Amino acid sequence: MKFSAYALLKNALTGSVWPEQWSSPEPRASYDVVIVGAGGHGLATAYYLASEHGIRNVAVLEKGWLGGGNTGRNTTIIRSNYLWEESQKLYEHAVKLWEGLSQELNYNVMYSPRGVMMLAHTLHDVQSAKRHIHANRLGGIDNEWLTPEQAQAFCPILNVGPNIRYPVLGAALQRRGGTARHDAVAWGYARAASKRGVHIIQNCEVTGIRRAPSGEVIGVETGKGFIGAKRVGVVAAGHTSVLMGMADVRMPLESYPLQALVSEPVKPVMPCVVMSNTVHAYMSQSDKGELVIGAGTDAYTSYSQTGGLHISAHTLDAICELFPVVRRMKMLRNWGGIVDVTPDRSPIIGKTPVEGLFVNCGWGTGGFKATPGSGHVFAHTLATGEPYAINAPFTLDRFLTGRLIDEAAAAAVAH
Amino acid sequence: MSSAYRLPHATCIDYTKPLRFTFDGKSYQGFHGDTVASALLAQGVHLMGRSFKYHRPRGVMAAGAEEPNALLDVSRGGGRSVPNLRATQVELYDGLVVKSQNRFPSLRFDVGAINDLLAPLFGAGFYYKTFMGPRKAWAHLYEPVIRHAAGLGHAPSKPDPDTYANQFAHCDVLIVGGGAAGLAAALSAGRSGARVIVADEQAQWGGGLLAERGVEIDGQPVQAWLAQTVRALQAMPHVRLLSRTTAFGYFQQNFIGLVERLTDHLAHPPQGQPRERLWQVRAKRVILATGAIERPLVFSGNDRPGVMLAGAARQFLNRYGALVGKSVLVFTADDAAYQAAIDLAQAGATVMAIVDLRENPQGPGIEAARALSLPVLTSHVVIETFGRLRINAAALGRIGPDGDVTPVKIEQCDALLMSGGFTPSVHLFSQSRGKLHYDADRQIFVPGISAQQECSIGAAKGTFALQESVQEGFAAGAEAAEQAGFKSQTIAPSRVRHDVPSCAGFSGAVPRPKGQRAGKAFVDFQNDVKVTDIISATQEGFKSIEHVKRYTTTGMATDQGKTSNMNALAVAADALGRTIPDVGLTTFRMPYTPVTFGSIAGLARGDLFDPVRKTPIHGWAQHHGALFEDVGLWKRAHYFPQKGESLHQAVLRECRTVRSKAGLFDASTLGKIEIVGPDAAEFLNRLYTNAWSKLAVGRCRYGVMLNEQGFVMDDGVIGRLADERFHVTTTTTGAPRVLAHMEDYLQTEFPELDVWLTSTTEQWAVIAVQGPLARQILQPFVTDIDLSPDAMPHMSVRTGHICGVETRLFRVSFTGELGFEVNVPSGQGRMVWEALWAEAEKHGACAYGTEAMHVLRAEKGFIIVGQDTDGTVTPADLGMDWVIGQTKPDFVGKRSLVRADMRKADRPQFVGLQTHDPHFVPDEGAQVVAVAEPATGSAALGFVTSAYDSATLGRSIALALVANGRARKGETVYLTRLDGQALPATIVDPVFYDKEGARLHA
Ligand SMILES: Cc1cc2nc3c(=O)[nH]c(=O)nc-3n(C[C@H](O)[C@H](O)[C@H](O)COP(=O)(O)OP(=O)(O)OC[C@H]3O[C@@H](n4cnc5c(N)ncnc54)[C@H](O)[C@@H]3O)c2cc1C
Repeated sequence: MKFSAYALLKNALTGSVWPEQWSSPEPRASYDVVIVGAGGHGLATAYYLASEHGIRNVAVLEKGWLGGGNTGRNTTIIRSNYLWEESQKLYEHAVKLWEGLSQELNYNVMYSPRGVMMLAHTLHDVQSAKRHIHANRLGGIDNEWLTPEQAQAFCPILNVGPNIRYPVLGAALQRRGGTARHDAVAWGYARAASKRGVHIIQNCEVTGIRRAPSGEVIGVETGKGFIGAKRVGVVAAGHTSVLMGMADVRMPLESYPLQALVSEPVKPVMPCVVMSNTVHAYMSQSDKGELVIGAGTDAYTSYSQTGGLHISAHTLDAICELFPVVRRMKMLRNWGGIVDVTPDRSPIIGKTPVEGLFVNCGWGTGGFKATPGSGHVFAHTLATGEPYAINAPFTLDRFLTGRLIDEAAAAAVAH
Repeated sequence: MSSAYRLPHATCIDYTKPLRFTFDGKSYQGFHGDTVASALLAQGVHLMGRSFKYHRPRGVMAAGAEEPNALLDVSRGGGRSVPNLRATQVELYDGLVVKSQNRFPSLRFDVGAINDLLAPLFGAGFYYKTFMGPRKAWAHLYEPVIRHAAGLGHAPSKPDPDTYANQFAHCDVLIVGGGAAGLAAALSAGRSGARVIVADEQAQWGGGLLAERGVEIDGQPVQAWLAQTVRALQAMPHVRLLSRTTAFGYFQQNFIGLVERLTDHLAHPPQGQPRERLWQVRAKRVILATGAIERPLVFSGNDRPGVMLAGAARQFLNRYGALVGKSVLVFTADDAAYQAAIDLAQAGATVMAIVDLRENPQGPGIEAARALSLPVLTSHVVIETFGRLRINAAALGRIGPDGDVTPVKIEQCDALLMSGGFTPSVHLFSQSRGKLHYDADRQIFVPGISAQQECSIGAAKGTFALQESVQEGFAAGAEAAEQAGFKSQTIAPSRVRHDVPSCAGFSGAVPRPKGQRAGKAFVDFQNDVKVTDIISATQEGFKSIEHVKRYTTTGMATDQGKTSNMNALAVAADALGRTIPDVGLTTFRMPYTPVTFGSIAGLARGDLFDPVRKTPIHGWAQHHGALFEDVGLWKRAHYFPQKGESLHQAVLRECRTVRSKAGLFDASTLGKIEIVGPDAAEFLNRLYTNAWSKLAVGRCRYGVMLNEQGFVMDDGVIGRLADERFHVTTTTTGAPRVLAHMEDYLQTEFPELDVWLTSTTEQWAVIAVQGPLARQILQPFVTDIDLSPDAMPHMSVRTGHICGVETRLFRVSFTGELGFEVNVPSGQGRMVWEALWAEAEKHGACAYGTEAMHVLRAEKGFIIVGQDTDGTVTPADLGMDWVIGQTKPDFVGKRSLVRADMRKADRPQFVGLQTHDPHFVPDEGAQVVAVAEPATGSAALGFVTSAYDSATLGRSIALALVANGRARKGETVYLTRLDGQALPATIVDPVFYDKEGARLHA
């Protein structure tokens, strides 16, 4: 059934029951493609396999509930103003898809390009921001420099005065950046994929990757038994190393808890997204009215989805300094997810040394924004066995060749 | 006692202290000890809020932290406002101003209530199904409307003038909850001598006991026992009682976050008193005595003002002397509500009926009610309620033997008290990662296996009888104290009489007549989630409880599902045909109740946000008009403007002066690490690219440090003071990172090396004296070091005395001029600086800041790590192959340097740029491109890393990283601008000044 205002009205008048948004089938003995992990990236991959490559004999295996990983825990910042050309192309590919995603999926994912503003507090920040802006302009990506006064005009509650420890010296603004509704992204892709015949199998943990004596992948062991597969795509975010370890592939990943929190809901006060890498905090306001707040990862690697109080405390220190009117607001809920971080802070999307085994991981603290693009290029990779032009640079072996795409670069070290 | 609803006896009210407050502009009276909820109820006011989605009129439902409906805005003016406070927790003070929220134009008449009529359109997840076209309509049309409709109260509009305190504490036993069980535990733990902290979110000690009247403990009336127990605890110096203190988070290793509210209840908070205090407590043992929360029953119209929890009505009566109605109907599935009916009847209310879902309830409560001739209807349910802004009647039905419900009558009432039994408050237990156990008989989750040094007691554990709770408290307190190493005494078991404990309950939608739709039967009151929403979510495929929660928003309101989660779970389980434990609960997360941002941030504000590091010379620089820049935690003098000078003018002058005469520069922020030990040189060999073994004592070398990837991570001059002692300098912000990196390698990779690393950054003040006259300026103060070029050549280090103070004197230069860096103990830094300055002034020298330092070094083509490098640059890229000790077997990063990509021809290389327009100073970060108007998406050749107007050269200079740049010298490239076309520049050598280094060696 197509969702629309008309369908809502009809349902309201007739009191009829909405159909299931996705089915919950029992697994088949084998599939053309098995995707491990029903997060946004995994589900998007399945959707594009079915919709663009006609590969519908696909299963997405999820150990918990779909969208329950980082997809359902993230703070939904979307932007494409990355430094390096390779990254710009990758994230911009996603932003282009975001722009039409609700229509494509017939599911309101609430993509809201309300503007993402990244603050500069030191001369080094200013240099780094300007470098990004110059690079983005060349790449055809919108990004503009704002003076402190312009930054405040864009976000009236931002403190640009001199009375804070690191006064705001300016900001880089990407107007097409913004947010989307994370759950809707997972559900929308799940519904659209399921409709095209993809099997989404929840509560089905992958516990092993089975390989033929000749080395290639032939399927996965799961809580629901062995499931055969011609190709396996691992899209398991924070748990990628564990899964790849099952195929004896050691990944250049470290897994860290990343926390976020929301305030109680209030009427609109925060029109955009503001991020500050120097004081480590960012904030936006959800459509429900909650202030959505996050920062950097915890300091130590861990698979525990709760982090330390001092991390949230440091985040709130910064938030209260940048937005002094929110000091009396209250934290309603705090949570964490496990993010998989690569040495160059860029993802790995492509082949592995094991025939038939593909991986899409390493999105770290910032992969939600890439969801449609990531799924799109990974579907191509799984369908053809070769990367799409956009993900070709994001290989696993770049850590051997040294061809890194270091997105932490400009922010790396100050004098 | 102006109101007919105010009674003269209550445990928490001080009738001698009447107070006035306003609610939505109207003035009301209350008493000291009241909450806003109790005071309003005592005036007959039930309508206190509007719900989130449908704007349904709502009254108070609970009496404590779990209240979902009565959310208010409290304002003291001047930035001191707080939205979304629960009326049940806001303590009254004289002059309190509260307002209702989320309504327009008024609480009684709210146009938003139109949503209620349109409710069928606004079912679970409706917004995912519409508002999709046209493409941009969501962000520009629908979303703004939705955003304005959503949200509850308003954020404050001014900065918060209040302050917040932080306290860290350790204790033997932390007890959360000061009800019967918690106080009993505190008493027995306290008597053992253990350090005990007891926290309770309420203003008064006693928890549920405060609402008890007829009960006796050990022959004493309950209130007397309570008073005596609290007095006994107050008399123990090692027991700390924290009231108005919520334990909101249970972290690893028995680390608990508490927040204490210090002033919100005061009419006139003392000046300077913090508003709240965050306690971060590490406890050897934790006892959770957090009680239980009553469950609403889920039936159509269960949200009308006047419908409330039975236990809440009892609390309002016994604690606050507020009668919630004159003709009350009770709807229950539990015994405890009988006690509420009895108490209200005895206070003068008419109990219209006690409607009991159960077929044959038995027990002392039921007997007592019957003895008072209260009408009890068993196997009955409420099927609908009536009334607009307050309940005025309810329709009852009878459950037949087959389970079918038939409507029987309509009963008038002005309040309906409901009870579905009690849900243990296992929030903190779950946060501690303890495993819950499902008690199938009572349909509740209780604490199962502990994950930390913790135990739950009393109602929090599902022990609802008072006698057992007290007993558990005594035992748990004694046990915790013993485990913390104290000897405890046994306390004789208590005897409790006349207690009517909860013993049963009901979760989910109550039965209704066949064919009747569930209607407006609310599960989550604040978020307006109805039974039908949950059922339709499950039909739409949302089968995990987490999905149900997210799709319907049940449990996501400011109360985080305290009254709704169990009912939502039961409804979902029923709809899915599964059992409750099979469906399972959603995850409990901190905080237990919302916590003020300010409390968590505490003192980290303004200058205390991050420590401010100042050099010993800071005060002098300030006095001499320096403007400062933030570099890491440091404040560094950026430039020293003379009267009327701009940054640009000051920097040109400072540069000119240094080149022609000399300048003094405060380099104290440079990181310093002393590396000592027999293997010191070997350690440096492994950490830096250069070779160190042969560096002679008294000589220095410029060292480069790589990360594992082979990229430049830090640099600095290293001097050898003795065979086994090196003085290492690092970049200003790199210091902590470099030390950590060194320690990491020393401890994990090279533990066999005999070396000690000590940060000495703060031990030494560093004064750079640079310029042709540098030697003259220093000479008068140095007695025991020969400064002559032969005795002390460039890149040497000497120890001796300056101004009579011990010094490590380096001959080094970051300006390209003859230069020295004078290290003296920090305490003497200012004195030495001032002495040198007096001499410098005689020679016409200046003090210069970081900006001039940047320009001077750029003229010489010296890199700044972090500006001319960005973590992707190798020594070869920088044209600095010479820093690599080619014969060394290994050093960190070496392996990576041989990777294919590191040897490519088109790697970025460090070059100079000469703009064709000498006045054009490109942006740092400008892209280097091949043509003036590059096509969008075309690749850059590189980027500008540094760019300045150079006084020395009389034109602009720039440094850049350009692909294969060294081979391109002489080529014209273009530099992008943000406000116009790219402008041309020629690629040149990065050394613009004194290429031979003659001045340096002067
Ligand atoms: C607190 C937080 C804030 C964030 N904020 C942002 C932001 O603002 N913007 C942004 O762009 N990004 C953000 N991110 C990052 C973003 O969430 C992730 O990069 C992204 O969601 C990863 O997508 P995914 O679909 O691969 O991961 P997930 O949604 O985590 O999906 C992986 C799935 O794999 C499943 N899985 C794991 N192991 C197995 C197994 N053995 N068998 C079967 N299934 C398995 C997991 O259960 C999970 O559902 C944030 C992350 C966190 C934690």
